[in-house]
Amino acid sequence: MRKITYAEAINEALHQIIAKDTRAFLIGQGVTSPWYVGSTTIGLIDRFGSKRIIDTPTSENAITGVALGAALAGMHPIMCYPRMDFMHYAMDQIANHIANWHYMFGGQLSVPVTIWSIINRGGEQAAQHSQALQAIFMHIPGLKIVVPSTPYDAKGLLVASIEEDNPVIYIDDRWLYQHEGEVPEELYSVPIGKGIIRREGEDVTVVATSYMVYEAIMASESLDKEGVYVEVVDLRSLKPLDENLLLTSVKKTGRLVVVDGGWKTCGVAAEVSARVAESDIFRSLRAPIIRVSLPDTPAPASSALEKAYYPNAEKIISAVKKILEM
Amino acid sequence: MNGKEQSSLALDVPTDVLRKMYATMVKIRVFEEKVAELLLPPKKELITPCHLYIGQEAVATGVCSALKKDDYAFSTHRSHGHFIAKGGNIRTLMAELYCKKTGCSKGKGGSMHVASSEIGLLGSSAIVGGTIPIAVGAALAFSMQQKDAVSVVFFGDGAASEGIFYESLNFASLKKAPVIFVCENNLYCTHLPVSACLADTNIYKKSESFGIPGIRVDGNNVMEVYKVAKTAVEDARCGKGPTLIECMTYRWRGHVGPYDDLDKGLRSKEELDYWMNRCPIKMLERFLLEHDIMSKLEMDQIRKTISEEVEEAVNFARESPYPDENDLLHDVFKTR
Repeated sequence: MRKITYAEAINEALHQIIAKDTRAFLIGQGVTSPWYVGSTTIGLIDRFGSKRIIDTPTSENAITGVALGAALAGMHPIMCYPRMDFMHYAMDQIANHIANWHYMFGGQLSVPVTIWSIINRGGEQAAQHSQALQAIFMHIPGLKIVVPSTPYDAKGLLVASIEEDNPVIYIDDRWLYQHEGEVPEELYSVPIGKGIIRREGEDVTVVATSYMVYEAIMASESLDKEGVYVEVVDLRSLKPLDENLLLTSVKKTGRLVVVDGGWKTCGVAAEVSARVAESDIFRSLRAPIIRVSLPDTPAPASSALEKAYYPNAEKIISAVKKILEM
Repeated sequence: MNGKEQSSLALDVPTDVLRKMYATMVKIRVFEEKVAELLLPPKKELITPCHLYIGQEAVATGVCSALKKDDYAFSTHRSHGHFIAKGGNIRTLMAELYCKKTGCSKGKGGSMHVASSEIGLLGSSAIVGGTIPIAVGAALAFSMQQKDAVSVVFFGDGAASEGIFYESLNFASLKKAPVIFVCENNLYCTHLPVSACLADTNIYKKSESFGIPGIRVDGNNVMEVYKVAKTAVEDARCGKGPTLIECMTYRWRGHVGPYDDLDKGLRSKEELDYWMNRCPIKMLERFLLEHDIMSKLEMDQIRKTISEEVEEAVNFARESPYPDENDLLHDVFKTR
C-alpha cells in the first residue's frame, strides 16, 4: 500500500470529508496560515474557499461557541486549535456548553462538533506552548476523545470524528507529523472506542497512546534483544476506552506499564491503572502497576530539562525492567 | 451606524400582532406568578432555582413576535419568558420546573435549561453570556446554507461584563452574520447595580466599535421593542448583518426566587414602585383600550383562559412521573 506521512493523512482526510459532506467545514485560528498547522491544511482554502475554510481571530471561547451554534443549525464544524494550550480559553464553551448540550436538554439537541486540537511541544517552547491536556477533557462527561498514533488512524479517526453525532476531541501531536505509514487512498473510518495491539508479547503489557505508542514500540524492539516480550496496547480512543482490550492483555501478561504524554496526577495513566485495579484482573497482577508520564511540573524551556521531562523509550525500558525486577 | 435612543411610541404595529402580543405577555405573567406561588414555603413545590421574568415580558414578546418559527432563539438562566414567547408548550415547561420526565428537557435541565427544537429555542445557558457565540454560530450556518433564517440571543446586562460578548460581536460583524443581540438590561447583575459593573453603562454603545448598530429601547414598551426588533430582523435577513438592541427593563422579583428582595437592602421600594407603575402589560392595556383595539371584557377573557391553561399545566406536571433512575445514564451521548 502507498505510504504517506501523518500530516498528509490528516490533510487527505480533511480534503475528502469536506468534499463529500456538505455539512463539514473547518474553522479556527490559523487554518489558512502557511505555518500554523503544519502542512495539514494545504490546499483547503484554494479548493473550498473562505466560506468553508474559516480562519478566525484569536477568540477561542467565542469561536468554539460558534462551532456549537453551527452544529445546532445542521452543520458539522471541525474546530481547530493549532495548540492545545489555548483551549483553556475555551473551557467554558467546551465543558459548560458543548459537553452538556445533549444531556441538559434531555437528548433533543445533539452537537456534532469535531474539536481538532494539536499538541505542539519541544524546541524550548516552555510551559504555555507544550501542554498535552487529554486528561482534562477525559474527565468531562459528554465528550469523546481520540488520540491517533499512526497515519492510518490519523485519517480514519478524523473521518470517524466528523461522521459522529457527538462532540469528539481529536488530539494529534506534531511530533508524529513526519511519521510515514500505509494509508488507503479512499475514505474510511476507524471506529471510536476500539484500541489495537501494536505488538504482541507475553511478559509485560505497555499501554500507550498517540506519540507514546511510537516510543513504546521502540522500547519493545530493544527489549526483544534481551528476551523480554512486551505487548504494546494502543488505546486509540480515551473515551470511550477499550477496557476489554486492556483487561485481556493485562490478564495475559500479569504486568502493566502505562505510558502517557500528560501529567501524572489524575492523568490518563491513573485512569487506566484504576480500571485494572478495579477489575478481577487485579488479583492476577504479578507486580505493582507502573506509570510513565510527565512529572507534575510545567514544561521547562531548556533542552537539558526537556530531555528529563518527556517520557521516552529509555524510560519505558527502565519501567519494564523494574516491573520484571531485572 | 451610531447608536440612537428610541422614544417614539409605535403606532403602526398591526392589530393582530398587538392582540397576540398581549396574550403572550399575559401568559408569561400568569405563568410566572403561578411559579412564584409554587416556590413559596411551606410547600415549596418547586425546588429548581427559578429566575422569574415578571416585569420583563415586553422584551421576549416584542422580539419573538418579529421572528418566524424557523428562526432560532437562545436564552439564559431567566428562560421561561423566552420559551413562552417563542411559542413553547407551557405544559412541558411547567413539567420541567417540576423536573419531571414529561418536561421539555426530560427533567434533566430544570428551570435554567429549557429548549424546544420544534419552536426553534435551541437552548438556554446558566453561564452568563454563554449562548451569545452559539447564536452567532447558528447565524453563520444559516448564511452558509443560504437560508434566510436569523438567530436571536437574549442576555442580561451582566453579560456585557463578559469577554465572550465582545469576541462574539467582533466575529459576528466580521462575518455579517444574521444575528440579533438582545440585551435585557434589568439594571442588576444578581445583587450588583449595573453602574457597579460597567464603567460605561450605555450597553447599546458597546457595539459601535465593532461596526454594529446599537439601539436602546424602552424594554417595557412592547410596541417599541417589536418595531426595533422587526427592523433588526429584516436587516439581518437581507444580509446587512447584526444589530444590538438594549432593552431597558426591570425585574420585579429578586435575582432568583419568588421574593422582591427589598428586605435585603439591595434596592429601594421607590425604585420598585416606579417600575411597577410602568408595568409592560398595563402600558399595553392602556394603549389597546385607548385605541379601541381590545375591550376590557376581551382582556379579562384572555386572562381567564390563560389562568385555566396554567392550572392545567400545573396539574399535568404534578401528575407526571419523575425520571426513572435508569434515565440517569441516558442522553450523555446521542446514539443512532
